[in-house]
Amino acid sequence: MTNRRYDVVIVGSGAGGGTVAQALTPLVERGKRVLVLERGPRFRDEDFTGRELEMAPDLYVDGGGFLTADGSMTLAFGQGYGGSTIVYTGTSLIAPERVIRHWNVPGLDYADVERRSRRYVSENNVHLLPSELINDNNRLFVEGCVNAGYHAEQFPLNLRGCRGSSLCNLGCPNAAKQGTNRVQLPNAERGGVEVVTRAEVLALGDRRLQVRVSPRPAGGKGTEPEWAPGEYQVDAERVVLAAGAIGTSTILLRSRLPSLPRSVGTGFTCHPAHILVGEHPETITNDVGHPKSFFVDRAESERFVLETCMYFPFITAKNLAGFGALHSVLMHAFPRLQMILVLACDRAIPENRVTVTRAGRPVVHYRFTPEVIRAMVQATRASARIFFAAGAVRVHAPSADPPLIEAGDAGRIDQLIDQRHFQRGRISISAAHLMGGCGMGRVTDEWGRVHGLPWVRVADASLFPDSLEINPYLTVMALADRVAEGVLNG
Amino acid sequence: MPAPALDSVRPAFRAAAAAFVPETAAADAATWERLEEVVATALAARPPRLRRQILLFIRLLDLLVLARYGKRLAALDSARRSRLLQRLGASRLLLVRRGVWGLRTLVQMGWYGQPEIQQRLGYRASISGWEARQ
Repeated sequence: MTNRRYDVVIVGSGAGGGTVAQALTPLVERGKRVLVLERGPRFRDEDFTGRELEMAPDLYVDGGGFLTADGSMTLAFGQGYGGSTIVYTGTSLIAPERVIRHWNVPGLDYADVERRSRRYVSENNVHLLPSELINDNNRLFVEGCVNAGYHAEQFPLNLRGCRGSSLCNLGCPNAAKQGTNRVQLPNAERGGVEVVTRAEVLALGDRRLQVRVSPRPAGGKGTEPEWAPGEYQVDAERVVLAAGAIGTSTILLRSRLPSLPRSVGTGFTCHPAHILVGEHPETITNDVGHPKSFFVDRAESERFVLETCMYFPFITAKNLAGFGALHSVLMHAFPRLQMILVLACDRAIPENRVTVTRAGRPVVHYRFTPEVIRAMVQATRASARIFFAAGAVRVHAPSADPPLIEAGDAGRIDQLIDQRHFQRGRISISAAHLMGGCGMGRVTDEWGRVHGLPWVRVADASLFPDSLEINPYLTVMALADRVAEGVLNG
Repeated sequence: MPAPALDSVRPAFRAAAAAFVPETAAADAATWERLEEVVATALAARPPRLRRQILLFIRLLDLLVLARYGKRLAALDSARRSRLLQRLGASRLLLVRRGVWGLRTLVQMGWYGQPEIQQRLGYRASISGWEARQ
């Protein structure tokens, strides 16, 4: 076991960890040592090939197939230098004021979140894509929304030189997406912060971390780790946990520190999602261009959000309900498919939480409340209306039985898409907005300091006391910026 | 070489695969090998418990067919095989539904994840993005 000592150790390098790393460079200027530990690899530009099965095992924990305890929902979260910011689509929305008010965290006000978010809007080159770069998949969504009476809004995106590969979720192959791997982490390293990849935190003790650095597997993507493979004991005056909503709770729960708040792991939310497909009579541009350029926000009134999306063939196949000949026919219509992602705005409830097994593996318990099921069914109905209003000839809706609805039945959407067909284990449900577990106000104070463990701070989506109801990355950065300020101020 | 992880369940696995993705029935040996390699790799990367559960589910499925129809899943005609899997996929028991969903997902990964199959579907995403379409 090799020993190392640092003033601050940041665990995780995604939207939270990367932001904190950059914000702590003034500490390095003052002679302090700051380290980032990232469990995934540091990818090279040439590693991003856009090939689905080649990329997923390296980019996502469990290859993107991490299942909830009852096996009914897949949770996707990234790993690697940049964390999940490598695999998101770059959507950068500022948190709604009503959500921050609802969180009701004493000492945290909306103005502060908004101000910090704007800093990263500017730093990450967030802007709206010009209309000539919008593909048919997105254009049809807007057209369908207009015809069906829904208000579509354009996503601000953090891109620089997007070539429209549509491969955002497999890591941008053109270095266009301004994730922490492109902006904050390189800045931090230039400022003297050390980053060690392939470094997994096995245990957290009193101001001490046990870390395993793994070698690059034969034929694997990414560079060799910065430290020699082996086990390390890293002492740190302060630890900032930014390992994501599952990783941070897992590290804390594994630690069994005596003063650990009992509520660690509680309040997990994730915006459960379905992918819906509409088939058009003609070929459309869907697998070229930015995949997620527009959305419909019905969170406040109906607890759902609709977003444009475009996934790769296997992910698409997995998300279509059923199998066999009909499924196959729809897959062969790939160049004519329009896609919408429906997300339910779930609420933190006591049953939904992260725990760990005796071996220290994370387990996510998730119960679909009637409100979530209702929201997903309502969202599916809205999407079906939008598809048909955009000219689709048939729509695939998981909460319908049979799932294919022909245009001639568009008037019966409410009868065909129904809660009784929302059957866990039969339909694919996935989530990529993993939040909660170390809620601000519950597990930490308003500066991310863990109650009873003042040397530990949390700086990722774990801090969200309830779901955010929009894409979370900018808010993660805003809160991480706040946490870093707390560290700088001692 | 065929993936050893599936050795003990290969006939039942291939029979189920043909019901999930009908095109696999006409696949050549090399395509099957690639499919099984993908599935074996995915299984190897999953927690051991999940791996055991999937293999156990395939064995139980085969035994269920034997008990009910007096023959193995691979010997059952394709229409019956599909109907049975459809019924199990809509079972009242979450565990059974999950088993069918998990197995079908693995088969779909092995099939639709292959770049040649993706091309046949008309999937044309390219690193060059818009330039590649000009």
